[in-house]
Amino acid sequence: MRLLLSFLFALLLSACAGPQLRGTGDLGLIIERASGHVTLVNTTVRQPYARIGGLGDLSHASAVYSRDGRYAFIFGRDGGLTKIDLLEAKIVKRIIQSGNAIGGSISQDGRIVVAQNYTPGGIKAFDAETLELLSEVPAEYAPGQFSKVVGLADTGGNRFAYALFDGGEIRVTDFSNPRQPTTQRFPAGSQPYDGLVTPDGRYFLAGLFGEDGVAMLDLWQPEKGAKKILENYGRGQEKLPVFKMPHLRGWSVAQGKAYLPAIGRHEVLVVDVATWKEVGRILVRGQPVFVMARPDGRQIWVNFAFPDNAKVDVIDTLAGKVVHAFEPGKGILHMEFAPRGENVWLSARDDNKVVIYNTETFAKLGEIPAESPSGIFFTSRAVRIGF
Amino acid sequence: MSANNLFFSRFFLATAAIGCAGLAFSAEPDPARQKELVHLVRQDCGSCHGMTLKGGLGPALLPETLHDKPAEGLAATIYYGRPGTPMPPWKAFMSEAEAAWIVDKLMTEFPK
Repeated sequence: MRLLLSFLFALLLSACAGPQLRGTGDLGLIIERASGHVTLVNTTVRQPYARIGGLGDLSHASAVYSRDGRYAFIFGRDGGLTKIDLLEAKIVKRIIQSGNAIGGSISQDGRIVVAQNYTPGGIKAFDAETLELLSEVPAEYAPGQFSKVVGLADTGGNRFAYALFDGGEIRVTDFSNPRQPTTQRFPAGSQPYDGLVTPDGRYFLAGLFGEDGVAMLDLWQPEKGAKKILENYGRGQEKLPVFKMPHLRGWSVAQGKAYLPAIGRHEVLVVDVATWKEVGRILVRGQPVFVMARPDGRQIWVNFAFPDNAKVDVIDTLAGKVVHAFEPGKGILHMEFAPRGENVWLSARDDNKVVIYNTETFAKLGEIPAESPSGIFFTSRAVRIGF
Repeated sequence: MSANNLFFSRFFLATAAIGCAGLAFSAEPDPARQKELVHLVRQDCGSCHGMTLKGGLGPALLPETLHDKPAEGLAATIYYGRPGTPMPPWKAFMSEAEAAWIVDKLMTEFPK
């Protein structure tokens, strides 16, 4: 018995001494926009485990993950691209890749990280291992005129789809040969503000700000060109002012329907993904910014632009209406579901915390202090197309 | 002091205070309101113009990018918005004088 105990004790000691093995499937990070920090979090215990600084201007920062979920690539507003190791909780590499950036994406094979830039307008491809610049594609839409790039999303075959805000185009750039990319251009409409790739990687949608409608490109048949869906959804009525641009991503697609923010209307538009026809619209309490489906598609969570950014509405996709409306905090900027959706994390910027809610009961589960939190990104994004 | 006198003395003091403020600055918002406006500009205008005001989907709002533009036109852009662009009108959330104060700060040095 004594022998067994001392053996167990020795085992315990060696476990403490050696590096602890762990997976990354339940990890994630919170962007703290004002101070250039990220807080690393564990979604199983719902607690932070590390905080990393020195990431520059993180207003509007976003993150994508390596396919093993170990490394996060964070795109800062100041053009910073920072690679973080979530297991060792440290910066692996950091470069300044442009003057003004808006986000990025990672290729299907995980080898190429692509940043989308406002200044100079265009996209740039980097080696995911070393962050070495592989190639760049300027968003020149007319001689000497460069557009801000929005909506960059990965699709199959190391191709990336995106839109040009000033150029009114959808583009698809193929990085199969990452040092010599090829680009196709499609006229899309007035002022695309963001884009999304459907979860199957087939369709790219660009929301239009300058007109009522959404441009849609079938990436399986790009030769057919981009076409308009939801045309004239505002029916000529005067738009309400939009105090913050909505965001689109593949999270809007649930149960065979896409749930999209209307521009200048306090509505979520519902589109049948088989026919791309409008099948409904749901009244909400403000200008929607994020319209995000819970991973199972049963619920859609909606947050709002200023001055309604304390509110969150939850739509039940079966009932087709808002079933829960509440105010979880001041300045709700972003939300992220646990990988299988049992709870949701919301950034309350002006409360300096992230609040966690159970999505079935809507009960509050806890909160995590964070300085001016904005984006929340969990490693479950690593395995999803268009994230 | 009677209630009446108290009312008048307060009224006089308040009027005098407004008069003095009017001489020094044209309708400078009080410190609490200034703080709110700075927060609004950095956080909410910042969603398009960048929290550091170096620009995003909207143009940069730094002194060097604004210096050659007339202040009144900039204040009108804030207050009434700019049709044909994503810039919305902010008149529901501030007075014209407050828009002018924001422009003045943007053109010199915007508080943290």
